[in-house]
Amino acid sequence: MNKALSDTPTPFRLNGREAAPMLFPGQRLSEVLREGLGQRDVKIGCDAGDCGACTVLIEGEPVCACLTPAHQVAGREVETVQGLHANDPVAAKLAQSFLDHGAAQCGICTPGMMVSAVALLRDVPEPTEAQVQDALGGVLCRCTGYRKIIDAVMGAPSVAIATAGKVGDAVQHLDGIEKVSATVKYGDDIAPVGCLEILVIRSPHARAVFEIGDLEGFAQAAGLDAVLTAEDVKGQNNFGVIPGFEDQPVFAERETRFRGEAVAALIGARDVLRAIDPEMVPITWTELPALQDMDAAEDQKADQLHHGRENNVMCTGFVTCGDPNAALGRAHVIVEGRFESGFVEHAYIEPEAGFAEVVNGRVEVHACTQAPVMDLEGLERVLGLDRSDIRVVPTATGGGFGSKLDMSVQPYLALAALKTGKRVRLCYTRTESMQCSTKRHPSDITLRIGADKTGNLCGFDFCGRFDTGAYASWGPTVANRVPVHASGPYRVADYIAQAKGVHTNNPPSGAFRGFGVPQAAIAQECLFDDLAEKLGMDALEFRVLNALDNGVPTVCGQVFDQGVGIKACLEALRFAWTEERAGVEAFNAQNDAVKRGVGIASGWYGCGNTSLPNPSAIKCGIRADGTVVLHQGAMDIGQGANTVITQIFATALGAEVGQITLVGADTDVTPDAGKTSASRQTFVSGNAARLSGEALRAMILERLNVAEDAALEFSAGEIQATDAGGARVLDLSALEADSDGYVLRAEESYDPPTKPLDKNGQGHPYAQFGYAAHLAVVEVDTALGTVTPVKFIAAHDVGQAINPMLVEGQVHGGIAQGLGMALMEEYIPGRTENLHDYLIPTFGDIPPIETIIIEEADAHGPYGAKGLGEHVLIPTAPAILNAIKHATGVRLFKGPAIPSVVHATLKKSVT
Amino acid sequence: MAYSQPSLLPDALGILKQAGVRIIAGGTDFYPALKAGQHPENLLDVTRIDGFSDITQSEGGTRIGAAVTWSDVVRTDLPRAFDALKQAAREVGSLQIQNAGTVVGNICNASPAADGVPPLLALNAEVELASAAKGKRVLPLEAFIRGVRQTALMDDELVTAIIVPKPHAGMTSGFEKLGSRRYLVISIAMTAANVLLDAKGRIAEARIAVGSCSAVAQRLTALEAGLIGQDPADVGISPIDVAALTPIDDVRGTSSYRLDAVRHQIQRAIHKAVS
Repeated sequence: MNKALSDTPTPFRLNGREAAPMLFPGQRLSEVLREGLGQRDVKIGCDAGDCGACTVLIEGEPVCACLTPAHQVAGREVETVQGLHANDPVAAKLAQSFLDHGAAQCGICTPGMMVSAVALLRDVPEPTEAQVQDALGGVLCRCTGYRKIIDAVMGAPSVAIATAGKVGDAVQHLDGIEKVSATVKYGDDIAPVGCLEILVIRSPHARAVFEIGDLEGFAQAAGLDAVLTAEDVKGQNNFGVIPGFEDQPVFAERETRFRGEAVAALIGARDVLRAIDPEMVPITWTELPALQDMDAAEDQKADQLHHGRENNVMCTGFVTCGDPNAALGRAHVIVEGRFESGFVEHAYIEPEAGFAEVVNGRVEVHACTQAPVMDLEGLERVLGLDRSDIRVVPTATGGGFGSKLDMSVQPYLALAALKTGKRVRLCYTRTESMQCSTKRHPSDITLRIGADKTGNLCGFDFCGRFDTGAYASWGPTVANRVPVHASGPYRVADYIAQAKGVHTNNPPSGAFRGFGVPQAAIAQECLFDDLAEKLGMDALEFRVLNALDNGVPTVCGQVFDQGVGIKACLEALRFAWTEERAGVEAFNAQNDAVKRGVGIASGWYGCGNTSLPNPSAIKCGIRADGTVVLHQGAMDIGQGANTVITQIFATALGAEVGQITLVGADTDVTPDAGKTSASRQTFVSGNAARLSGEALRAMILERLNVAEDAALEFSAGEIQATDAGGARVLDLSALEADSDGYVLRAEESYDPPTKPLDKNGQGHPYAQFGYAAHLAVVEVDTALGTVTPVKFIAAHDVGQAINPMLVEGQVHGGIAQGLGMALMEEYIPGRTENLHDYLIPTFGDIPPIETIIIEEADAHGPYGAKGLGEHVLIPTAPAILNAIKHATGVRLFKGPAIPSVVHATLKKSVT
Repeated sequence: MAYSQPSLLPDALGILKQAGVRIIAGGTDFYPALKAGQHPENLLDVTRIDGFSDITQSEGGTRIGAAVTWSDVVRTDLPRAFDALKQAAREVGSLQIQNAGTVVGNICNASPAADGVPPLLALNAEVELASAAKGKRVLPLEAFIRGVRQTALMDDELVTAIIVPKPHAGMTSGFEKLGSRRYLVISIAMTAANVLLDAKGRIAEARIAVGSCSAVAQRLTALEAGLIGQDPADVGISPIDVAALTPIDDVRGTSSYRLDAVRHQIQRAIHKAVS
């Protein structure tokens, strides 16, 4: 056989059926499967073999479909996750096991995980942990921390229980089946094959002036359908997430402020765009000197990025109480340090993607997001349209972690659909996603802390600079949150904390799990260890002594008379703290080159917006046929809102979760449950769901005139209520249905009670805080500088675990991200714009994690529940750094602790 | 425009007579290197050429065909001198990459961080090339890889196999890779050590090859000579022993770190080889 195959179909077997697509030379198998053959279950995360999401089996062996020339499968058998799920009992059993362990969170990596695992399980039905890690090591997951997946593949006993799904029950994810069967549709999965696509043209320089040449002529010659530039933005050519800080253009005008900033977009058929080298587009670039870091940006002579933000300072935040100077003056011991950290990339496995069309004169945008109503408001602004002319329908979201709070593909999709009148699609490449999405703020923190002879804190002076990049995004939130949280969950009577965001020509820093608090916690928790050491105190007992408690004011002067759970978290680690340190001592006595250490750290985090309105609304209804419908607008980005909000609602109503039909976020039909951010959905939307469920229940009880504690039974066309007086039946078919088809309906909202902060940051910033303490055991190879975490024990005060399995999932995932931040992750613009130079933890990097759930009920939380999403990350990095110090005696002040850095620091400490 | 998958070597070499033909095997280096808007139109897929997927062992040595994947290497029963190559095979990217990526592709890609090169150098591997015009030629691996992403491969040439001369039956080997995470990681430094001990347990022959510490992975011949007669348990590696290396500073580590770390790594690779 020696001929070109391109003009003949290429036959192969796909999931047991015959397929014979036409291919062009070198076409990737992933594209052929997704576009020609309808296998959108094959996910594309990187197109470079770095993430494994596209894993398929060829003749039973797992390979990356993105690296496989489609011609190569001629005559062979290809299996994707959907085919395996349908045809292979091993896969069906594995899917069940994934559900039993909550092993799929956002679900975007699940196809790659399951396909790889099926290949293993066919050969090795009862694999060891190491075999699972080796077999699945090529698939990245950013949500789960991998441990639940290991349990699922090894077939460990089920964690999930089959119950009614009341608050406190570890039921399976209610949307889990669509994830493990890979039928769920993400941002790039819904566009029809063959629709127009968009290629965004971006700045190759951190700062440049540019002139666009004959773009129309270029478009005609290339066969494009249309082009977009700033001239096409009919509304305001700037957007943002904080009122007053809408400073980011959809398309830059004249000058770009960071590498990867959009200047134009090309719209055309897939084949036309494929042939376009962005360097051929007629744009003349003149590179300008860029402000690469905060020192350069704050230089008196530095150019200003934004008018009115003097010295490139975007904004500042400030909290003080007592007299910190006097306290530090009288302190018995003082420790101080300067801690620096770099950009951290969210690295969700799903790149930003979506689809848009014009329907009956309205533009509809379907895209992955954490904040559909904020997207709607942003579009309203840039499109210059009334909001009634826009509909935002979120797709499933393959991870977000903060970055999908900002608009990404949405403006380009909407503008392109409006300009062409046609359906359009846009999926960022991995590099594009990394270049232009927001990042965790690099930080430069100086901190002095004092203590008196008895170990009580005595003065705390924190000063933090945060590189907010070219545009504001969520920078103001970081500047405000950090001073409120920098004390950690401790009583600090004499306190000053200042934070500021500084503009540079770097990518915009925005929201990333913790809004600057994880960076601040590194400084504070590391210095707490040093302080305890100086005092000759046990590091855990020093923290217990100073821990906040009920009735003790925070640094904002807020006093909670209930619900403060940090002491309980720390005390829950006492036993392990003693045991593990003894174990490490014994280990170190036997080993020279390799040393182990144990570290602890705490964290706290205020749930919801800081002193700002923050409402969620939840709507529900019952149809005449007895269907109970919950309009659940709290975006589930993998954290489990679909399950948790439903459990709360069902509990309030008195129904089983299995009886609830979910309608997801859609700005046309589901009220605004606010953004998935600030650890607020369980708390805030959960309360709205509780109120909504209670309201609906009250209507039913009232109509039937039964007691408060009546048991409800929902069946076809009727509801039966049973109380001490007997059973009564509500005939739903006798009731009149409203325009939504509901015979009974309720819609309630909840806004947490907060009070504004005064000029000294005194007030009630949050209605509740959640608390956490982590213990980490690490092993340091002192010859090579490599750090290997051995185990984590994490205690979290969640008030009330709505679903303990999902709590564990959050803890595991947060620890994995905190570990990445501590040990390997640093985004360098222009250098680490892919997932092989930018490293996130893999299957082999996360050790066993023991989760201890503390339930110190909160008066404001639904059934006492507190937020958790960000708490899980905050103590991890400082616990690891404290463990490294314990192992080696060396304190690291600048992350991440990659081997080279650890080695250099160890060497310096010896000489 | 064509995608060719010949089954006979002469046909493949015939296709290579045309200009602008790109050779593809596993695709694991080919696709990530593509730039936006660039799509090579003439591709020669070598994975179906007769014999290319075979590892054959004879009195003369071992022949690794040009389409042999890393997983093929792991699965094949090979002499202990190949242990470093097998250990490296398990460290290449991930299982997905090992199932598709080829050993020959790894040397043709000529990355300074190619995991396969140090073990092959320690095996004294040779590269067999063929072209329609000149027929076959064989080059030592050191002569084949000429620089960062540069090889001696001519435009009309194909690598047909890697040939490893039969090692001494008693030769053992070990591989050490250093990265910032467990899987899917580009090496900061790596070392392959092939060691033959004499009757007294002292080193009779040592071949030490280090990657990611110079533009092309290299054998440390002065060190190898110095190791002869030593007890492997007592081996210490001095800065002078690694003076031939010229590592760079990059995001994965500094030059001075690599020079320090690689000394420990060499020691560990030797210990692994004899353990």
